Amino acid sequence: MTLHDMNGVREKESSVVLSARNIAKSFGNIHALKGVNFDVHRGEVTTLFGENGAGKSTLMKILSGVIQPSSGEIVLEGRPVTFHSSSEARDLGISIIHQELSLAPNMNVRDNIFMGREIMGPGGVDYAEEEKQTRALMRELEEDIDPLTLVEDLRLGQQQLVEIARALSVNARILIMDEPTSALSASEVEVLFKVVHDLKSRGVSIVYISHHLEEALQITDHAVVLRDGVMTASAPRSEINLEWIVRNMVGENFDLGSPPEGHRIGEVALSIRDLTVPDTARKGRNVVDGVSLDVRAGEIVCIYGLMGAGRTEMLECVAGRLANASGMVSLLGHDVSSLSIAERIEEGLVLVPEDRQRDGLVQTMTVGKNLSLASIGAFTRNSIISRRRERSLVERAIKNVTIKTSGGEAEIGSLSGGNQQKVVIGKMLATNPKVVLLDEPSRGIDIGAKAEVFRLLAEGARRGLAVIYSTSEVGECLSIAHRIVVMRRGRISAEFSSDVSKEEIMAASGEAVNAI
Amino acid sequence: MSDTTTAANQARAGIKSADFDIVKLLLEGRAFFALIAIIITFSMLSPVYFSVNNFLIMSSHVAIFGLLALGMLLVILTGGIDLSVGSTLALAGVVAGFLMQGVSLEMFGVILYPPVWVVVILTCAVGAFVGLINGVLVAFFKVPAFVATLGLLYVARGVALLMTNGLTYNNLGGRPELGNTGFEWLGFNRLLGVPIGVVVLVAVAVLCSLLLNRSALGRWIYSTGGNERAAELSGVPVKRVKVTVYVLSGICSAIAGLVLSSQLTSAGPTAGTTYELTAIAAVVIGGAALTGGRGTVRGTLLGAFVIGFLSDGLVIIGVSSYWQTVFTGAVIVLAVLLNSIQYRGRRRAAAATSSPQTGKASE
Repeated sequence: MTLHDMNGVREKESSVVLSARNIAKSFGNIHALKGVNFDVHRGEVTTLFGENGAGKSTLMKILSGVIQPSSGEIVLEGRPVTFHSSSEARDLGISIIHQELSLAPNMNVRDNIFMGREIMGPGGVDYAEEEKQTRALMRELEEDIDPLTLVEDLRLGQQQLVEIARALSVNARILIMDEPTSALSASEVEVLFKVVHDLKSRGVSIVYISHHLEEALQITDHAVVLRDGVMTASAPRSEINLEWIVRNMVGENFDLGSPPEGHRIGEVALSIRDLTVPDTARKGRNVVDGVSLDVRAGEIVCIYGLMGAGRTEMLECVAGRLANASGMVSLLGHDVSSLSIAERIEEGLVLVPEDRQRDGLVQTMTVGKNLSLASIGAFTRNSIISRRRERSLVERAIKNVTIKTSGGEAEIGSLSGGNQQKVVIGKMLATNPKVVLLDEPSRGIDIGAKAEVFRLLAEGARRGLAVIYSTSEVGECLSIAHRIVVMRRGRISAEFSSDVSKEEIMAASGEAVNAI
Repeated sequence: MSDTTTAANQARAGIKSADFDIVKLLLEGRAFFALIAIIITFSMLSPVYFSVNNFLIMSSHVAIFGLLALGMLLVILTGGIDLSVGSTLALAGVVAGFLMQGVSLEMFGVILYPPVWVVVILTCAVGAFVGLINGVLVAFFKVPAFVATLGLLYVARGVALLMTNGLTYNNLGGRPELGNTGFEWLGFNRLLGVPIGVVVLVAVAVLCSLLLNRSALGRWIYSTGGNERAAELSGVPVKRVKVTVYVLSGICSAIAGLVLSSQLTSAGPTAGTTYELTAIAAVVIGGAALTGGRGTVRGTLLGAFVIGFLSDGLVIIGVSSYWQTVFTGAVIVLAVLLNSIQYRGRRRAAAATSSPQTGKASE
């Protein structure tokens, strides 16, 4: 650190409580963060904006000690610090509230708040003292939650407050909130914001991440924008507006192609009518609520929506993974609603799932066996596999989707993320489908691989394939799609042709309007 | 023992150099080297150990564990476990014994003496039925495999005890005038000097190997154990696959029961107690992962031979049966230890490419 930097640190000491200097983080050969500087201001809300995969969560995990940076340093109150675990960070006053809550639903509020830090009395755990402190915390948050209620009996918003109470109980000076409002109702969001204001007035510094831009603008004091692992802009609230954020978030896009033209758009290949999927977590609500959509052969349709808009559920229901409450799915004119996944694949309707590690790949099998898994019937006679025909199918698939691998015998783990994704796509395309559904096909792969995946889809469409892909990155809507369908809260909220602007799409998704 | 550790080290080095065939060779080599070490050690300690005849006798013991282990392998490959195989073995033996005594149909006032081939088929059907219950409980009612098959462990044993009132059928020979002789052929006799039990084991092993490597079902079994969700989305009938493996495991147990009661020329309801654990041990020593998706017939057979040759060797050199238990346990722990070291190494190699997605997916 040079003398100049030291002075800089001292100057800011009053307002900056925590800062990240030149933080870089790589996973294998993928660079999630490429030298990010990030300041957290004392007693204020600093919001981190960025698209999926921009590196927001990675940065927050580094600041809270969950993972360690590859290089760079973290400066707390003017002193460089390193944490080796989240508990070390917590001891220094940095707490994180993850997107997925980390409470034990089978235990009560009191036990959750003191989990791992039980107050010991002479006769074991001092439950009375814990309960007293829990009540005091709840009073501070002005929330009437009984310390003995089971967490699973609380509404999601209340559970979030329990998480906040737990963070406060360890005397957090810096509180990181990762998408805290994504599952909250409007009134719960209001309560949360009031709590945030109270926390600020008590000198707690808050780092806030949200996809609901305008909502975040309501409470933020500073904005920082990340894009592709680099900080692209930062400014105090008074100098920015919505347009500034969107511009810095999206940036000048890498060319992901344009809608393929000149081929014949055929008959309706996939027709969805009034599809409704009930929410398993909340009774009486639907995650997909009366969606109707037609896709023609040779057409590419993009489904845009925020997290929780129902995109994944809709695609999984169409593919036969989730049962629908009502509605109909028909393929080339005949009803496939009652068919199993295997039968739908046979009919030519396939899904490339969102999470390729969890749903797409069999890690214990080779690249070739993964590629041929969905089309075993094509090279099996009398239930005996023909290795020769399997090999030719695998070689064809590797060539068609341009997988960079040493061959069909290579292990899945030896491929890069982009090539793994191509294996999942190649596996489904090898079944010679008529309709292919892709749930976030570009998630977690680099920009070059993204472009290749889109090129593949465009090629498929030219040959008469009906393509539906979902995305949460607005830039990807405006690439190869002929039509853009926006989903919001389980419904289709808008439909655009390919000449729409990014702002219009975001507005229809609820991202840029006052949420809820 | 030192041989096995070197093999594991070499295997780990092999993973790093990413040469898949060498890794595979050394992976199975571990059990193979252990077997060689056992044979050399006991041959030096006892003059009677190293002889063709002794190997054949030991192999006929191994046949029982081997048959159970092959069925167990199929189940473990799908990520399940079958604790009921020992009890199913006993139930199958008792059912066979019961049928050999003749079935009296009081309604018609006749006693039927089914020929041995009918007995074999009916006994296998009983094994398949036990497996079917296991499979349906696991696949359709989502009962954890451990619990479902633990239940059947008790039920099958109980039924076997009920059928005989706790007694043992000793007369399995049949009578020529009734046309039901030949039961002893199954395990007691020899074919070209080889115990029939060993021949049966080899035949079942070849069938299992063909099933796993050359059939669609085999591919489905590996993919179900490797990643059930991905398999399902690829159109694999996951539930049917699960039911099938438990049924096959039940049939393997029934065959083992037939061979065992033929070897002993008696069928008792307490036969095969704790054999399920030996079978699991054989599968694990053979390099299979209890989490599913990894494992081979060759490895499992080697695992069964390691256990069988070790315990028989300890008997031959006169080590007390208490020490035998300790040794067997130590070998099992060592095998699992090597397994986890090996798979950890592999996972680390895979982690370099797979972690960015998990990191980003959480955004």
